Amino acid sequence: MSQREVVKSISQLMQKEMIGRNYDRITGGAAKVSSTFVPGNLNELLMCFDIANNLPEINAIQNAMRKKSGEMITEAERAGHSEDVCTYVKADIGMMAKGNIAPNGKPFPDPDVLLLSYTGCFTFMKWFELLREQYKCPTVMLHVPYAADGRPTRNMRDYIVKQLKEDVIPTLEKVSGIRFDIDRLRGYLRKSAVAEDDLVWMLESSKRRPSPIDCYFGGVYYMGPIFTAFRGTDEAIEYYRLLRDEIEDRIARGLCAQTPDGDMPEEKYRLVVEGPPNWTSFRDFWQMFHEAGAVVVASTYTKVGGVYDYDGFRHDPDHPLETLADYCLGVYTNRSLPTRVDMLVRNLQEYDADGLLINSIKSCNSFSAGQLVMMREIERRTGKPGAFIETDLVDPRYFSAANVKNRLESYFQMIDQKRRSGGSAASAM
Amino acid sequence: MRTFIGIDLGSTTTKAVLLDENLEVLGRGITNSRSNYDVAASVSKQEAKIGARFTLFRQALGSGGGVELLLEVLERNFRLEQFLSGLRQLEETCEAYLEDPRFRDVKGALRQALSAVFRRIEEEAPGIYAPGADRKSDFFRDIAGSRFMNLSESVSRESGVAFDAMLNIYDKSIIDIESRVSSDETVSRQLSNGLSRALSEVKGAGIGEAGARAALAKALECGLEETYVVGTGYGRVRLPFPKEHIRSEILCHGLGAHMMFPGTRTVLDIGGQDTKGIQVDGNGIVTNFQMNDRCAAGCGRYLGYIADEMKIGLHELGPMAMKATRSLRINSTCTVFAGAELRDRLALGESRADILAGLHRAIILRAMSIISRSGGVTDQFTFTGGVAKNEAAVNELRKLVRENYGDVTINISPESIYTGALGGASFARRAVLA
Repeated sequence: MSQREVVKSISQLMQKEMIGRNYDRITGGAAKVSSTFVPGNLNELLMCFDIANNLPEINAIQNAMRKKSGEMITEAERAGHSEDVCTYVKADIGMMAKGNIAPNGKPFPDPDVLLLSYTGCFTFMKWFELLREQYKCPTVMLHVPYAADGRPTRNMRDYIVKQLKEDVIPTLEKVSGIRFDIDRLRGYLRKSAVAEDDLVWMLESSKRRPSPIDCYFGGVYYMGPIFTAFRGTDEAIEYYRLLRDEIEDRIARGLCAQTPDGDMPEEKYRLVVEGPPNWTSFRDFWQMFHEAGAVVVASTYTKVGGVYDYDGFRHDPDHPLETLADYCLGVYTNRSLPTRVDMLVRNLQEYDADGLLINSIKSCNSFSAGQLVMMREIERRTGKPGAFIETDLVDPRYFSAANVKNRLESYFQMIDQKRRSGGSAASAM
Repeated sequence: MRTFIGIDLGSTTTKAVLLDENLEVLGRGITNSRSNYDVAASVSKQEAKIGARFTLFRQALGSGGGVELLLEVLERNFRLEQFLSGLRQLEETCEAYLEDPRFRDVKGALRQALSAVFRRIEEEAPGIYAPGADRKSDFFRDIAGSRFMNLSESVSRESGVAFDAMLNIYDKSIIDIESRVSSDETVSRQLSNGLSRALSEVKGAGIGEAGARAALAKALECGLEETYVVGTGYGRVRLPFPKEHIRSEILCHGLGAHMMFPGTRTVLDIGGQDTKGIQVDGNGIVTNFQMNDRCAAGCGRYLGYIADEMKIGLHELGPMAMKATRSLRINSTCTVFAGAELRDRLALGESRADILAGLHRAIILRAMSIISRSGGVTDQFTFTGGVAKNEAAVNELRKLVRENYGDVTINISPESIYTGALGGASFARRAVLA
């Protein structure tokens, strides 16, 4: 990060402390460790076996924000991985090659189990294939069928539950030596649902004008606990309660979104963003928005670890395994293109946004495929302008600040022009 | 009179357009000054004002016989005056560099050698601006530079003065010269002198001397008030004016293309370092756009690089490609790789013309991909930017547009390089007279 002082709220400090504590637990040596992914993250289930949850994507993001991912990616390329491979993968492989040091400065232990929830991203399989080769530890795959028709079927749900019963749970029992207790799972799921209510309140707070939060750059921080090792914990409940209090206070004071450089003085543009952010130049990237008075009122990347607002999903303690299945089926990466279009259209309308911005990621085919088609369809259905920028996840070589800024400025001015002319630009001349 | 100015700071050149209140173009200016963006903006603005003086002169002359001839002759003679005055400044600057202690021992000989070079350029100057003379560039640096290089080589041989020393002094001096902006007084004087030369050149063509002088005086008297200036292009943030005077080049190109051809719905702009596909509505408002992403292959520089590799001028590429008998398939993913491929094909004995035809196709294929991502080609289609001057590129574009989108009107203005500046000037006028 740059030298500029960062303005942080109490909830942010709390989250930082929580994530730090989780790294200490992973590297502490006392707990068994699982590696798993953010989309389809079965944290409550892992907690039933006292297994610590290590998320390679989060490690890659942490390393990118500490400006370390570049050298890790180079290391992975030296080991034979192509330039075009997902840079989360290469940052992870490179981190391993460079001593596998966690963000807390201690070495990561070898995982005791690889829990591969396959939720729409094909690369996940290849990634864990590499990790399995490296660690030679038990690997269990939960195959989540792609929700191609927009609506998961009963069969899909049963298929996932069957895998949980016959494969995932027995493997975790064996690795941990702890017998599965479904009531313990119910207890965690009950807590998940409480935090999820506050989470959705937070997401929807940006329907207000001005929006008290930024739901992309700020949003990825706010999603932290629920997307990682804290869903189902009291700490997550506490975190989202605190966050809600902070946002309520911002609303009461009429404040615009909070940024690392302080509160935005004015909200000029309201955007919906599709696609992950760039992590290596995160703060500079955000600055291009907030300096222009642009706030992101909804984003899809804040749905990759679970979709809670679109169809009202909450973890349901009364149907513990079924609810885990529903959760996995519903994560954003497992949604079909028409569903993603529908979600974005609704976001644009319900959040009264000026337009859709797509940040297309060079090394993420999973997200990028179909994005231009989506943009056209969304423009057609909403009449709101779309724009397309291109960056990368954690490879610093693929963030061209001048180009991104140029396109963003053009886009903001395009919105101005449309507004001035009441949509059809009649008074442009 | 009130004027509205758009300045487009490109990666290769800086362009300015001066509009009057009725959105009529009064003048256009261009410079390749690379000293800094402030200077480039001032130079191009002064050049646009010179263009405006010509427009006003034409208006003052009325529609009498010989007006076109006189304007053409004045233009050449004014450029000659401008060139000679630039040359004098260059010589003075070179003289000043002779005071550098390291030239102490050779100062006398160097001064003589430089003087000889400058006298010969002065002698050549009228020929450079003679009717029908072929100039590869109109920029002072290009003309003075190539002549200086050429002549100092022979002067150095004849006099025994080191060529490197002469070149060194020139390189330093030309940067200083480029940073100078002609004052309005200087321009007036050059125009008056230019007119005297012009009148003697057209003697007997039935043009009244007194009338012409009066018309020029009238054109020079008219105050050109800079009512509002809008900047665009990559250097726009460096322009010495407030943020609200800065517009994105995408919007400026969209509006500029609409101003030139009101039927425009799709714009392709191939500039030095980026390629833009822009969709506009019936009022010139941008509805969608795409640009080249992380790579500049497919931009003007691609051709510039190839020209350098082939050791020929950029303007020679198109004509050479037009002589091709077939088009070779050349990759367009990377400029540097295309250079490697070029060498490879040359080594295999392929003709330069055929290879160049392939390279032109490659750049246009990239542009077609950007256009399609921005929403395709809708009638009418306007092609702008430096590459629109390249006949071979235009031919490939016509072919590919017809293959992919059928019969579409393709507009290319001879002034297409000024599209962004024109859009900027229109925004400037709109800011004041909405």
